[in-house]
Amino acid sequence: MKTLEIRWHGRGGQGTVTAAKTLGESMIETPLYFQAFPEYGPERMGAPVKAYNIISDEKILTHCPVVNPNVIVVVDPSLIYSENFLEGSTEDADVILNTAKYPTEIRKDLNIIGRKLYTVDANKISLECLGRVIPNTPMLGALLRVTQVLPLETFLNHVKHTFTHKKFSEKVILGNLEAIKRAYEEVKSE
Amino acid sequence: MQKFDAFTGNLAVATAMKQVNPDVCAAYPITPSTDIMMIFSDFVANGEVNTELVTVESEHSAMSACIGAALAGGRVMTATSSAGLAYMWELLGVASGLRCSMIMTCVNRALSAPLNIHCDHSDAMGARDTGWIQIFSENAQEAYDNIIQAVRITEHRDVRLPVMVCLDGFIISHSYEKMQYMEDKDVKDFIGEFKPYRSLLNVDKPETFGAMVLPNYYMEFKRQVREGMENARQVILEIGKEFGDKFGRYYSYFEEYMLEDAEVVFVVMSSAAGTVKHVVNNLRKRGVKAGVLKPRVFRPFPHVEASRVLRNAKFICVLDRAETFGGEGGPLYLEIKSALQTDKNNVPVVSRIFGLGQRDFLPIHVENLYEEIEAFFKTGKIKMFDYVNVRE
Repeated sequence: MKTLEIRWHGRGGQGTVTAAKTLGESMIETPLYFQAFPEYGPERMGAPVKAYNIISDEKILTHCPVVNPNVIVVVDPSLIYSENFLEGSTEDADVILNTAKYPTEIRKDLNIIGRKLYTVDANKISLECLGRVIPNTPMLGALLRVTQVLPLETFLNHVKHTFTHKKFSEKVILGNLEAIKRAYEEVKSE
Repeated sequence: MQKFDAFTGNLAVATAMKQVNPDVCAAYPITPSTDIMMIFSDFVANGEVNTELVTVESEHSAMSACIGAALAGGRVMTATSSAGLAYMWELLGVASGLRCSMIMTCVNRALSAPLNIHCDHSDAMGARDTGWIQIFSENAQEAYDNIIQAVRITEHRDVRLPVMVCLDGFIISHSYEKMQYMEDKDVKDFIGEFKPYRSLLNVDKPETFGAMVLPNYYMEFKRQVREGMENARQVILEIGKEFGDKFGRYYSYFEEYMLEDAEVVFVVMSSAAGTVKHVVNNLRKRGVKAGVLKPRVFRPFPHVEASRVLRNAKFICVLDRAETFGGEGGPLYLEIKSALQTDKNNVPVVSRIFGLGQRDFLPIHVENLYEEIEAFFKTGKIKMFDYVNVRE
């Protein structure tokens, strides 16, 4: 398989680091190698944060940030217009954005050349499934759909298992599973 | 039976500590090693270990508590980073001078100023001459395996010196990766029971520990620390092999990566070694004979063995994540250069300092270094000392 080099862009408090961690951990269900690591700085609610995943069928040797991502996930809609999230990516990268807009609108707004753009309204999904805006889990659903790195069912079982282990309430667990499923279905491509 | 799971470096260390189940742990957590004691204190609270967790008011006290517990004959562990290790400094020599068996994890972090919480090796390098055995880990797996081997090394009757197991702050301590871990029972069998050589609590044979020594005896004590360190060489090799025979992962003084026929050799420790290996793979695809020497044991330093494996090198670039400010090069460079002297090897060797305060060290930086070396083969000119990825 092609090694996936994923860069997450989010804001402190949205669970971006947790999303990268959850994705990494879920790879234990596969024979694949993985890394999940955050970019640590002063931890402030609302400040831009980055996190990374590398997923490969070969042993991963590097221990450094992903600078040439082939998958980019923007967890916070406001970062789409304020952060250069395409930095270091090539034109064949997959870009998954949390926004109510269609990919074509974003492409036009930002004059993006190449790359495959996907959008999903993760805030709306999160609000409807969990009653709060925590867009990390729906973004994981969208990422699974785009990358096909793990079957949806396997991932849902993994999340159910880990969330149960963390003693989350039934409501929170079911809400997150629903959010992942909905984002998986609702992600829009061009 | 071994299992795979997702571990951070800190979780790997805490898990190894749980399986070792030490008698005493002193805790004064500091970033980026905080998680270790956070996770371990859960194990204590849940009754998963029998450890006496001593929460102290400073690292100076943490090390003092460890020394007391070690002299009383306990199996002792702690963890720290950066300023925490610096604050322990006075006691580091006490631990080795009193021949304490104990294991300390050092999650490597830069020293102030300016204040920085990120990774470099200046903390551990500041402690390199304190009589502690120092073992550096590339990833979570090595950190886990090193902790378990360290128990055997530090408790070996011919060694009886404290062991510091190092792993890179954040880069390893906070990154999740796939790791294999053993069953509790297998770890227990491997480390065995601790039978202290001497014990403060042995009332049948009362002894004095930590007495003052005048000039007529001080030097003999220090000579014996060196003797313990020399003995550790063989012990480290034997335990590395026994560990490999039992669990399938073999350990030695260093890892030789594509070194046999290598003409250009990078010498580098810890997590950065992985990044360099990645680039060496690419250089090999281009037909470049490049290789990596990754020292694992920094104290005692394997001079003779290092010079032997570097015999065919035509150029050596030593990468240090710590400064010596006014020294000829980084701490690892100085060791390698003196190692080469044991073999009268005059191969060109340069010092490069990288990643202080966790400045990015990316594959492109290693590729640039190779280009410098390639130019040297044509022009004969290269800087003997330089920084990697720094502003002018």
